[in-house]
Amino acid sequence: MTIGIVVFPGSNCDRDVRWALEGCLKIPTRFLWHETTDLSGLEALVLPGGFSYGDYLRCGAIARFAPVLQSLCHFASCGGKVLGICNGFQILTELGLLPGALTRNKNLHFICQSSSLTISNSQSDWLKNIKNKKSIELPIAHGEGRYQCSEDTFKKLQDEGSIALQYLNNPNGSIADIAGITNKEKNIFGLMPHPERACDPLLGSVDGVEILKSLLQ
Amino acid sequence: MSTFHARVLVHLRPSVLDPAGEATKAAANKLGIEGISMLRIGKVIDLEIKASSENDAKKRLELLSDRLLANPVIEDWTLELTQAHSL
Repeated sequence: MTIGIVVFPGSNCDRDVRWALEGCLKIPTRFLWHETTDLSGLEALVLPGGFSYGDYLRCGAIARFAPVLQSLCHFASCGGKVLGICNGFQILTELGLLPGALTRNKNLHFICQSSSLTISNSQSDWLKNIKNKKSIELPIAHGEGRYQCSEDTFKKLQDEGSIALQYLNNPNGSIADIAGITNKEKNIFGLMPHPERACDPLLGSVDGVEILKSLLQ
Repeated sequence: MSTFHARVLVHLRPSVLDPAGEATKAAANKLGIEGISMLRIGKVIDLEIKASSENDAKKRLELLSDRLLANPVIEDWTLELTQAHSL
């Protein structure tokens, strides 16, 4: 029951994810350097936050070509669970595994704060254990988190029940307050907030626990 | 083989808000420059490519622009191509 955590040059939340999974939840992890293609023995994968390859060109644009992501695409196409957090979400959209794109925050600020979120789709495994909560609190820390997509894509997201999390107080200008989405099959989940930073009462919230636990459900 | 100079211009699609452009437009007004009704910021990518013909260069650069330099979900691009010299 090991979870793989992808590490790019420029990742900076990889160790936070390990701390949350191993330290708080007692779930073993394995770091996956971006050049590896071996995903054997892994139950699920996490693309952590950070600035992969310096986020040159666009956030996640260069990371898309990493060998590990070719294996990740195969893993996901076989139904494997993939969680993309912040830069990980940006990479998933660049890869085309999730629709839309993340653009510069409307107010141009790098926003680092706690954020109240509503659970929009409680059907997927990712959020079903917290579906009864009116709202959850997770930290956000990003400069480019304004979710954008075409009207057609937005309608598709709605029809497929793929909008997973929405901001209560939209901080970045995302369309329809979107903070996180899943793919149609619901095995891929991308979100801008950081569940790994909300797994210990000392940090002010433990609302990230159930999201990370759902990697194994 | 010839070497071609290429310039790819990447810009946000008109439907996508450009907050950096808006902020710059506001600064232009503060500088006292009047009459700017639109200001949007894009990227310029200059490159050189060896190809057997202009068409060959164009084909590869179009693929590059579409698949890497721009994200078609939010960005458009245009390509300017000029021949540098023959080898």
